[in-house]
Amino acid sequence: MMDNIPFLIFSFITILTALGTVTARNPVYSVLFLVLTFFALSGHYILLNAQFIAVVNLIVYAGAIMVLFLFVLMLLNLNKDSEAPRPWLWQISAALSAGMLLVVLAGSMREASLYLVKGGPEAGEIGLVKNLGKALFTEFVVPFEISSILFLAAMVGAVMIGKKEKQQA
Amino acid sequence: MDQALLIEKIILVLTMLGITLLIATYSTYAERKVAAFLQDRLGPDRAGPFGLLQPLADAGKMFFKEELIPAASEKWLFIMGPGIAMFTACMTGAAIPWGTELHIFGYTLNMQIADIDIGILYIIGFVSMGVYGIMIGGWASNNKYSLYGAIRASSQMISYELAMGLSIIAVVMMSGSLSLKEIAAQQSGMNWNVWYQPLGFVIFFTCALAECNRAPFDLPECETELIGGYHVEYSSMKLGFYLFAEYINMFISSAVIATLYFGGYNFPFQDMISSPALLGWLQFIALFAKIFFFIFVFMWIRWTLPRFRYDQLMHLGWKSLIPLAILNMVITAAVVIARNNGF
Amino acid sequence: MERLTTRAKQVSNKEMTLMERIYLPAILHGMGVTLKHFFMKKASVRYPEVQRPFSPVYRGVHVLKRDEEGRERCTACGLCAVACPAEAITMVAEERKKGEEHLYREEKYAAVYEINQLRCIFCGLCEEACPKEAIFLTDKITPVEEDRASFIYGKDKLVEPLDKRVDVSKRQSWRLNQA
Repeated sequence: MMDNIPFLIFSFITILTALGTVTARNPVYSVLFLVLTFFALSGHYILLNAQFIAVVNLIVYAGAIMVLFLFVLMLLNLNKDSEAPRPWLWQISAALSAGMLLVVLAGSMREASLYLVKGGPEAGEIGLVKNLGKALFTEFVVPFEISSILFLAAMVGAVMIGKKEKQQA
Repeated sequence: MDQALLIEKIILVLTMLGITLLIATYSTYAERKVAAFLQDRLGPDRAGPFGLLQPLADAGKMFFKEELIPAASEKWLFIMGPGIAMFTACMTGAAIPWGTELHIFGYTLNMQIADIDIGILYIIGFVSMGVYGIMIGGWASNNKYSLYGAIRASSQMISYELAMGLSIIAVVMMSGSLSLKEIAAQQSGMNWNVWYQPLGFVIFFTCALAECNRAPFDLPECETELIGGYHVEYSSMKLGFYLFAEYINMFISSAVIATLYFGGYNFPFQDMISSPALLGWLQFIALFAKIFFFIFVFMWIRWTLPRFRYDQLMHLGWKSLIPLAILNMVITAAVVIARNNGF
Repeated sequence: MERLTTRAKQVSNKEMTLMERIYLPAILHGMGVTLKHFFMKKASVRYPEVQRPFSPVYRGVHVLKRDEEGRERCTACGLCAVACPAEAITMVAEERKKGEEHLYREEKYAAVYEINQLRCIFCGLCEEACPKEAIFLTDKITPVEEDRASFIYGKDKLVEPLDKRVDVSKRQSWRLNQA
């Protein structure tokens, strides 16, 4: 029971802040709640002995991506008054699609068994940076490189969009 | 966890926090003195001998100033802003090895608060969190000028974080470890990283100046031409927290620079000292001597160089430092591979 | 055209050389300059403890001198008030009564003599105009007051006290030497 207390605390914070993200009326508050969610998730990673993932999660998501989100939101100055009221058809379709996603996720989770790291000298230490690096560059090198190509494509796309506007102007 | 270890760590945390705050306090005094000396003045010399009590007087002034919270501000975020800035600044010190070990009253004290094996990433993580204090403060003030200041500050910090990370990668590739303890231990004697990474050091140092919002990159807070920055609406101790966090960041940056590039706690001819107790203390002193030197360099630069224009700052960050850092990284990688293959 | 200064520099828009674009040499040079100043003698004077010497001709707060027997020299002729370019001096004359010979040297004296220190420009013309060698400028600075009225100095502040005679010889002897 004692071992569960940090887990329970982190879970509580995660769920609470995630709810805050969804329910906050002000988008800036929403983003800040999301940052807290990432913090709590990093706490979970540390409990799982995956320090590298925890810190990278903080640097990349909380430190960089969310800052950019915040950046845009602060400049747009969105608030309750400027938010256009959604038609009820939109609301229903959004609820439907989200509900379907939930059903799919729940269905796939129900049958799946948790993947456990096989026992051995390095059990539970797969999250440490050395083991993670080895795994990424040997066993999972193809998906790793493919995902980096994906990022490259996204970057080129961003540059292209930026260029195009400049030519028109 | 072992109870003795827990107590040891708590003592260490409190001591290092105290030392950090003390040094940050006296950095304000040192800043004014250095500024004065570089400009042929004497600086504050009224409060106590040589003006040594000046930081207390400044703090007293800060405490007794009127506390203003703008009526149209987001009150809670407005209060949280300086707190976040201070918190993230104080947290970074945990991963820095302040020495190997100290022997006090026959008890051996490990001088690193947390030997995280990804220490350098931990520091980068908390440095990137520091943006939130500034952004939240600037936005919550509900003032367009502080919002501009916050956006200037955060875009600057994000831009320079990239070059900073890239220059660190070169060091990490050389030492093959992300742990600051390991990186420091590999530079024993005079085998400092700066001899192998001079370009990386210059890039890192420039980025450290920008990350701390120090001159010549202090656009987020230039009082004269851009009416301050993210903290225009702040007064009293909340303003004090922002300014104080900057000095803590400066101290931590100096410590990181010393650890990454200048051998950390190592000093020349340390192998000749046989007594481990004496060695521990000397290493502690050596690290702090390096830190003080870098704090001085920070101030020296501030009172020498004029501020960059904003487009110059962005040009320098994106078009000079990042390509240079990538070049540095590629060269380092090539050399490391060549050396591993026996060339 | 005649140059106003010998340090004028021709400004040009030429491309910077690689050495200049690196910035670092220029930065290091600048830091060398400031470091040199770090060790230079400081220009500051720690004021209340150390005071810079006054010029011998410094013109400060006025004094109305007494003669050797302690009698006021001023005869309220009004020449100082006429000479004053700032119109800072006013006075009311009165006739010396019997039994007041030990107080006033002349038969007419100034019952009221006021100098407005906020108007005064400390030019010293009053001193030159005075035929009786009564008014002099000293090397004292006008002290700080909290209201404007206190800057109008009456006889209580201007006439030199009997027990604390004011020495004006330094400036006067310098003037004589010049003449």
